[in-house]
Amino acid sequence: MTRPKVDLHPTTRPPARHKRPLWAMFARPQVVALAMVLAVNWLLFPGFFSVTWQDGRLFGSLIDVLNRGAPVAILAIGMTAVIATKGVDLSVGAVMAICGAVGAQMVNSGQPAGLAVAVALAVGLLCGLWNGILVTLLQIQPIIATLVLMVAGRGLAQLVTEGSIVTFSDPVLIFIGTGSVLGLPTPVVITLVLLILATLIVRRSALGLLIEAVGVNRSAAHFAGISALSLLLVVYAFSGLCAALAGLIAAGDIRGADANNAGLWLELDAILAVVIGGTSLMGGRFSIPMSVLGAVIIQAMNTGILISGFSPEFNLVVKSGVIILILILQSPLSARLLHRRARRSPKAEDAA
Amino acid sequence: MSQDAVLLRASGITKVFGTHRALDGVDFDLRAGEVHALLGENGAGKSTLIKILTGAYQPDGGTLQVAGQTVTFRDTLQAQGHGIGTVYQEVNLLPNRSVAENLFLGRQPTRWGLVQRAEIDRRARALLATYGLDIDVRADLSDYSVAIQQIIAIARAVELSGKVLVLDEPTASLDHTEVALLFDVVRGLKARGLGVVFITHFLDQVFTLCDRVTVLRNGRKVATESLSGLDATDLVRMMLGKDLSFDHHPSGLASMRHGAGRGVERVAFAGLTRAGSVEPFSLSLHQGEVVGVAGLLGSGRTEVARLMFGIDSADGGSVTVDGEPVTIRNPAQAVAEGFGFCPEDRKADGIFGELSVRENIIIALQAKLGWVRALNREDQIELAGRYAEALDIRAADHDMPVKLLSGGNQQKVILARWLAIDPTFLILDEPTRGIDVGAHAEIVRTINRLREEGLALFVISSELDEVVAYSNRVVVMRDRAMVAELTGEEIAPDLIVRAIAGAGITTPAEVQP
Repeated sequence: MTRPKVDLHPTTRPPARHKRPLWAMFARPQVVALAMVLAVNWLLFPGFFSVTWQDGRLFGSLIDVLNRGAPVAILAIGMTAVIATKGVDLSVGAVMAICGAVGAQMVNSGQPAGLAVAVALAVGLLCGLWNGILVTLLQIQPIIATLVLMVAGRGLAQLVTEGSIVTFSDPVLIFIGTGSVLGLPTPVVITLVLLILATLIVRRSALGLLIEAVGVNRSAAHFAGISALSLLLVVYAFSGLCAALAGLIAAGDIRGADANNAGLWLELDAILAVVIGGTSLMGGRFSIPMSVLGAVIIQAMNTGILISGFSPEFNLVVKSGVIILILILQSPLSARLLHRRARRSPKAEDAA
Repeated sequence: MSQDAVLLRASGITKVFGTHRALDGVDFDLRAGEVHALLGENGAGKSTLIKILTGAYQPDGGTLQVAGQTVTFRDTLQAQGHGIGTVYQEVNLLPNRSVAENLFLGRQPTRWGLVQRAEIDRRARALLATYGLDIDVRADLSDYSVAIQQIIAIARAVELSGKVLVLDEPTASLDHTEVALLFDVVRGLKARGLGVVFITHFLDQVFTLCDRVTVLRNGRKVATESLSGLDATDLVRMMLGKDLSFDHHPSGLASMRHGAGRGVERVAFAGLTRAGSVEPFSLSLHQGEVVGVAGLLGSGRTEVARLMFGIDSADGGSVTVDGEPVTIRNPAQAVAEGFGFCPEDRKADGIFGELSVRENIIIALQAKLGWVRALNREDQIELAGRYAEALDIRAADHDMPVKLLSGGNQQKVILARWLAIDPTFLILDEPTRGIDVGAHAEIVRTINRLREEGLALFVISSELDEVVAYSNRVVVMRDRAMVAELTGEEIAPDLIVRAIAGAGITTPAEVQP
């Protein structure tokens, strides 16, 4: 049987789409904030922008910012998707510790590095799935559901390391943390590849739109036939996978797995990076590149304070100051002020 | 004060939200010692009126008088000061505090700044005794049934205000004995000379408890009358529309009904049921057919739609699409079968406010296709443009957030969303709710057009004129069951009203003058 075709005989073309000028991409509070932080860094430390080529790789403070910021940037990529669904993943720091510990123990017990990396990633994926199951099937609020693994995860990591810092000398793991590819530090390259892949997958498939729909209105998404369940499982699993990657980088960087300190508090930096990037904690619209930019801003501040010779105690205070500034720029208040200016050139409002 | 003294009088109350007139020159008066029912369908203006009476909203026009004195309420506290208290459908007390604390919250007896628990408990016991309740006042409020909680809320409201009590659907979640208990309390208050405004959608309770009734419809008062001269049919008629003329009857439709030239069966539901929600019903829908659903709020009409679309899962029954048995346990499966559903609460269940008009239109099709097969931007623009054009969706630009559109245009966006999946069967729950009158006619025309295009539609509406204007058949719901099916000449407002009120179906000849 053929279905009756609903053809309502349209006659005119759809309205032309509006192209945004290229410069609009840079007129964002985050970009302005990054420029300001970098400028201040440069004032404090005139050599900040100098990048040199040495032993086949780039060196310099800028490269350092990217390198040090890589774990948080990777966490932020996964966290963005979670927050877009109106959730949050507090467990990523602990998952970093678990996965680093798993990788370290496996190479130390003579397993090939490739297998160790694969297993560590798989463990991260499972951790994420666990969170996803708590959030979807058991319908526990995300903040509580992931708090479980945040607390228990460090314990698990300590069980894996048997309570000590597990050092290793496996060249592959060390390469992940400290090596370089085409002159760039490996963590930076991993971040870039993940950023590009994740953005492409999310935007070229319908995943991004469906995630946003679930985040904006879970009930309407249900009514529209979107199965939020599998979507949430995917999102939390992806966040776990990102945490595993970050955990391997953190372990490779210090050539050891430290169950107590690996990834400690980084979940908060990751959430902050996402928020600075403009994704609302209320879910909905998200941008993975902007979250990575948020992570870079955070790290630029950290590095700036370190190289300027201030004592590290200043770090947290300065950081919070800059964050407040960015949040004010993004707030509904400034949006209203901007909107008022925009309204001077009124467009056609909706009729009826 | 004499028993017939007017406690509260509202004259010419008008309230405007944006462009929507929620109340338009409504008069209302409440006498001492009476229980006054306030009736009306969703959107009639009941809740707006009581919010104005209790100070939660300020009217844009009209005056309020308490015991002959003109007053203005800045907030509910001030209304309370004038003796007006409210108890809402969901008890808004603190479930995890004791009964006594709930009764005296905010005015605890203290000595040297310390709360005197024993004193609170003693007074609470004394207070509840006047309502015939002997319960442990130190137990948490949540330990008691909703009925007891309602009575405690009433006791608190009467203590705080003492002249006028507004009860907003207090019986919605009570069983028969609990309702009787609550009614005894209300009769006690009535005997004490209080005026009680009683909002409900159970007509039998109106006749059991109330003295007079005021009916609102679309923000206007239909009538205030003594209940002694009325029956249920009268009330339904007043609620659903006093204009029962056949003027809106489109000429072509009547012949279509008789022509019996309806298309092949597309969707059939057999014995579908859900315990405590919908009694078993069977219904088949044919190509090019609109089945209208009439029934009062709470009659189970929305529940039927939710069951059909898999939002609630059925306890029994089967569904066939084009003769093939199908399983529908969630909306995703319903969408896969070519079903669409425009929900009654557009904002909560329909639109994605932050997302663009274009995304809102293509989202169901995208959900049906799955996340891998993404519609590219050009397809999206084409689809959104086509259906926006076909349904005349007025948006400056399809990339603007849908929340900036008017209610009527938002409704059309959701309709467009379902047309985009090339549906077999569309369920529309109150498609004209909350949209301005001009857009009503447009939605009705669209429904007729979709029928001509061969769709099967199931349309729930409390606007009888509209039901008559587009339905090939009308099913009537009462007490969670389909109680009547009207066809052909029977599709007339008067007969629908009688069926809703349970007055039985008579032949058209007996009714028409």
